Amino acid sequence: MPETVLQVSHLNAFYGQFQALFDVSLSVEAGEVLAIIGANGAGKSTLLKSIAGLMQVPARSVLFRGRPVGGLPANEVVKRGITLVPEGRRLFPSLSVEENLLIGGQLKRPGRWTLDEIYKLFPVLRDRRRVPATSLSGGQQQMCAIGRALMSNPEFIMFDEISLGLAPVIIKDIYAALPSVIAGGAGAIIVEQDITRALEVATRVICLQEGRISLEGRPRELDRATISAAYFGT
Amino acid sequence: MSEAARFRVTQSTRTSQVAAIVALAGIVVLAAVPWWGGRSEMLLLGQIFAYLALASLWNLLAGFTGLVSIGQQAYVGFGGYMLFAFAIFAGINPLLTIPIAGALGALVAIPVGMLVFRLSGAYFAIGTWVVAEVFRLSFAQVSALGGGSGNSLPAHVVRGMAPDRDMRDMLIYWAALAIALAVIGFVYAILRSRQGLALTAIRDSEPASESLGVNIWRTKFIVYVLSAGATAMVGALIFLQKLRISPDAAFSVNDWTAYVIFITVIGGIGRIEGPLIGTVVYFLLRELLSDLGPVYLMILGAVAIVVMLRAPRGIWGFVVERYGIELFPVQRRLHLEGAGGSPGMRRTGASAAGADAASPAKPE
Amino acid sequence: MEWVNAVVQGILVGGLYALFAAGLSLIFGVMRLVNIAHGDLIVLSAYIALLTMQATGLDLMTNLIIVVPLMAVLGYALQRGLLNFTLGRDILPPLLVTFGLSIIIQNGLLSYFTADSRRLRSGALEVSSFPIGGGIDIGVLPLITFCIAVGVIALLQFVFYATPVGRAFRATSDDPEVARIMGIDNRHIFGLAMALSLAVVAIAGVFLGARTIFDPASGPARLLFGFEAVIIGGLGNLWGTLAGGIILGVAQAIGAQIHPGWQLLAGHIVFLIVLAVRPRGLFPRVEG
Repeated sequence: MPETVLQVSHLNAFYGQFQALFDVSLSVEAGEVLAIIGANGAGKSTLLKSIAGLMQVPARSVLFRGRPVGGLPANEVVKRGITLVPEGRRLFPSLSVEENLLIGGQLKRPGRWTLDEIYKLFPVLRDRRRVPATSLSGGQQQMCAIGRALMSNPEFIMFDEISLGLAPVIIKDIYAALPSVIAGGAGAIIVEQDITRALEVATRVICLQEGRISLEGRPRELDRATISAAYFGT
Repeated sequence: MSEAARFRVTQSTRTSQVAAIVALAGIVVLAAVPWWGGRSEMLLLGQIFAYLALASLWNLLAGFTGLVSIGQQAYVGFGGYMLFAFAIFAGINPLLTIPIAGALGALVAIPVGMLVFRLSGAYFAIGTWVVAEVFRLSFAQVSALGGGSGNSLPAHVVRGMAPDRDMRDMLIYWAALAIALAVIGFVYAILRSRQGLALTAIRDSEPASESLGVNIWRTKFIVYVLSAGATAMVGALIFLQKLRISPDAAFSVNDWTAYVIFITVIGGIGRIEGPLIGTVVYFLLRELLSDLGPVYLMILGAVAIVVMLRAPRGIWGFVVERYGIELFPVQRRLHLEGAGGSPGMRRTGASAAGADAASPAKPE
Repeated sequence: MEWVNAVVQGILVGGLYALFAAGLSLIFGVMRLVNIAHGDLIVLSAYIALLTMQATGLDLMTNLIIVVPLMAVLGYALQRGLLNFTLGRDILPPLLVTFGLSIIIQNGLLSYFTADSRRLRSGALEVSSFPIGGGIDIGVLPLITFCIAVGVIALLQFVFYATPVGRAFRATSDDPEVARIMGIDNRHIFGLAMALSLAVVAIAGVFLGARTIFDPASGPARLLFGFEAVIIGGLGNLWGTLAGGIILGVAQAIGAQIHPGWQLLAGHIVFLIVLAVRPRGLFPRVEG
């Protein structure tokens, strides 16, 4: 019986008076890669933020390894082993590439990811380790952002739109590195607008539409027409 | 689109209409004070009116326009000194020069504003304080106006204001009442106007309002200059009441900023009614506690901190949130008719306490 | 020669102003907070030094060992107990709360110590000086103050750019939300930043008290000098702040040479001129 690593139950999320998520429930089993697709504003980032501790949600609406983590401050959630690669990279402009990676590792959680390992995974970062992180190209920044997240040696890692704004050939490189990144972890969530990529790498897919789950299933079982209907809500 | 709903926009409510009548009655009572009250009542009320006016103006700047100035004492002192200058150099009746002092205050606020507007937020605040210090130090150098130790209003000018002392007290008192009413009316008029709607839009979201064509810088600048002028006018009045001026008294940050801020914060920032309540509370506390000296000020400071953290909308804000009352109606109500059947009512965000609206909650 | 002397003395006092400014600049850099009570905390440090020197008999410099850690702890407590709750989108709460704090500190000092002016005794240091030629004397105390200012700024630079906690400061300043998902506890980091700021404030207070008389109302002027040094020097640049302090000190000294009553005014006017022609300061940090 596969173990449920992450459980989201009846999650409602609000920005002030605006409700972004309506009664969302999902689960991720050990070793699974869950892809979440949906149009802009569907609530994908909000969902990741709720899991990562950046939004106020009821404690039991997010369970990690059976223990409630909902509403915990984000720095506590990272300590439990859940890490987020935020949308838009969001590297620290005042820090160099290496400093960004080091900050990612400042919790000193044990694991296989060290500065050297990250540089092995993304050699270009070693070449440019001393420059301000935001002076890198888009693809390199994305690598740095992923590396920074990996430095916390997470059990569960969430990627928010890592292909956004990148050239296809760069996206290909990054996705090529993804399996070795996810391997050995408890599971992963990938939020993507690029549906093809999402379906390639995921074991299961969920589609969000205006804050609600509109589709759920395995990539092989879903055809284009079904996905399109769920995506656009038609 | 023949099904377009029709709408009308209203501003006043039942409560505000009742309040207006009560206010009118109150004004009549206050105007009659010289007949049913004595000298000390008139002096105290004169002070109350002055603080009420200053607080309303500071509220307009900080609460509605987002310009937190801790240097308004610059204009209070400037207005006072202008009044004294006209009296000392030209012997003009001070009651006549009050508005001129105000106009001059607005004029001097133009270059000052252009300077301090280069700063923003808290740095803007301190910048205004620096300007006030420059004013203080500069006026202290003018020996013709008394230099560092200050000056009294020349006796012949004082006598020339009215036939006798009682008449003079009455005239000054009515001037104070008139100025307080004018200032409150001015603040109310601005907020009811399109400028006021622009201000609230700016407060809620600068990028959004800018994209809709609101000229943020100019709107803020105009409000700053007009407030400065009004503040200078109140300053002229204050020092007319005192009959004496000195740089330290004229530009005192405690007297003209700390207390004013206290009044506005306690009463309720961003609500016109706030300063009214705040002034009453302040003078009550002063009556009760001022014997305690510095401890009294510590209490004021502590109360302001607690209110800012626990009840940031002040006393009146609390009342509004609980009961939804508004005495000075600036909120615009959108009445929808047709399409949906029964006339519905939706409130649009012309309320100045803008932070509740659609701003994303910051989790922390 | 008097003019050269004025400039030299102005440079030296600039070090003290840089000390006033450094703590202010640090806090604004990390958490966008401007502490209106900053000057009053400097004066508070001077009064605490007064008490500890009287109680322990330690001399001025050794006394720093007590006052600096004390103020650092106070800073951490102040931040976590009060100021953290004012941070957010709105600029009013931090401003008004620190303003209220300023009033409380000033009047607290007034109640306890009365309005009498005080001075910290530094013994031989007070009067020692040595000539550097041309009839110009350099006071030992002002020189020490200047050197300490340079040292403090160098130390702060080191902390910010070469230590993990400095990295955390910069990251939190850049993006507090993402800093949290790195595992940084913002409340703790802000507490540490305020502790560091008040440690610098303590040093500034001790040297202020040694150099000149002070009373409970001396705070606001120190805030203004610190603020002016930051703006003249340029935001985000601590060495620029040193330059700003020096420029301010020299402006005041020259003003005093022209006319004794113009000392403060000259400083303020130079500040306003810089504000008018170079609003970002003379050496602003270029944003990456």
